[in-house]
Amino acid sequence: MTQVRVLAGTRKGAFVLTSDGKRDKWSVSGPHFGGWEVYHMKGSPADPDRLYASQNTGWFGQLIQRSDDGGATWQPAGNDFGYAGGDPGTHLWYDGTLRPWEFKRIWHLEPSPDDPDTVYAGGEDAALYKSADGGLTWTELTGLRVQPSAPGWQPGAGGLCLHTIILQKSRMFVAISAAGTFRSDDSGETWRPVNRGLHSEGIPDGDAEVGHCVHHVEAHPSQPDTLFMQKHWDVMRSDDGGLSWTEVSGNLPTDFGFPIGVHAHEPDTIYVVPITSDSLHYPPDGRLRVWRSRSGGNEWEELSAGLPERDCYVNVYRDAMAVDTLDSCGVYFGTTGGQVYVSPDSGDSWAPIVRDLPAVLSVEVQVLS
Amino acid sequence: MTSPGASPGAALGTQVRVVLPAHLRNLAGVHGEVLVRLSVPVLTQRAVLDAVESRYPVLGGTIRDRRTGKRRAFIRFYACEQDLSNEPPDAPLPDAVAAAIVAGTEPFLVVGAMAGG
Repeated sequence: MTQVRVLAGTRKGAFVLTSDGKRDKWSVSGPHFGGWEVYHMKGSPADPDRLYASQNTGWFGQLIQRSDDGGATWQPAGNDFGYAGGDPGTHLWYDGTLRPWEFKRIWHLEPSPDDPDTVYAGGEDAALYKSADGGLTWTELTGLRVQPSAPGWQPGAGGLCLHTIILQKSRMFVAISAAGTFRSDDSGETWRPVNRGLHSEGIPDGDAEVGHCVHHVEAHPSQPDTLFMQKHWDVMRSDDGGLSWTEVSGNLPTDFGFPIGVHAHEPDTIYVVPITSDSLHYPPDGRLRVWRSRSGGNEWEELSAGLPERDCYVNVYRDAMAVDTLDSCGVYFGTTGGQVYVSPDSGDSWAPIVRDLPAVLSVEVQVLS
Repeated sequence: MTSPGASPGAALGTQVRVVLPAHLRNLAGVHGEVLVRLSVPVLTQRAVLDAVESRYPVLGGTIRDRRTGKRRAFIRFYACEQDLSNEPPDAPLPDAVAAAIVAGTEPFLVVGAMAGG
């Protein structure tokens, strides 16, 4: 029997939500790691019962947890995240001064599609790590941080965080706030910025190579050259592997937001959650809406069935949207108000799975046979 | 007078009581106080914390920064109603404190700093 497992990381622990393929009745387990921030949890495509979780507090620092039984039990893995090669140097701070690179937390975990023991981690201050032993030990892929533009990277409001990791065999993409998107064609050894076409207020040079506050990037597996980006402002699209970008915000009510999702079976169907502005992190008019484009952008439709019509002032964070791979593609997102919503019909209708979790930081979904 | 903390050899092999904050007890899979055996002759803050991390490797990096060895900002160290947090980690603990810890009459407390509002 088909089972759907949703992994929700929150400000106060992790929750595992499960249902059958109908996705109308759910059971909830958790909190796992109660009281800790769980920025991200994700399962291995190669072994769905292998899960990784990033667990952090300001008090006790960073931990990585690993489950080998689908989240029923967890074991602490390795948490030694240093910067390789001695003195890591400096990057720009908010006030323009130089600041030593300092590890703070792991924002995103990306398990390899082929090997359950191989997993990548995106850190703050921006660094990319790899483990080949199930998370026990971590090695920084230094090619990113020694990339020539790195000393000029400046944190976004949330920190200098590496929050997006896309694995396409030897080609990889990462995105960093507020540096931009970077591409490697040699499994992470060397990197180059791929931000041509991005324009950001606050950057005096309209053609700036880096400095863009990219919020999230997604790609459909069947079209690896096509990337969709939710930038600080602007929804963007690239059809050449990030070499150039064009804006596809079209008729969105606002093009500020954090997550972006791609339909599992329709590579040109994408989802965003418009947020009022960079200073008003809640939906326009207090109405929570997902907007869908079936044309890869520019033409958008409002999805409202089952979503709050009024008095809703939550946000949806960058890693808090996911899609499942069932024939009728499910779309999921979590809010800072603690709701996790599901649409079992590609966004046409929505229902809350849970309403009162802590603020949701991340949502991932697995389909189990 | 020579304290148990400063006296060469006095602390070696001694078991001392350590109280961990709730989150770290959960992480280490323990309840209540823990007993750790010192592997150095002089009782210092570092000696206690090294013994804790040796006994419970999962706590590595949660009390002190792995790279610098410095106390994490929101962690405090108390014993005998004294705040030892800002004492040099390799300084022998004060005489009365060391005597009480070595004798087992007082624990070494690892405390999560108060925060909130």
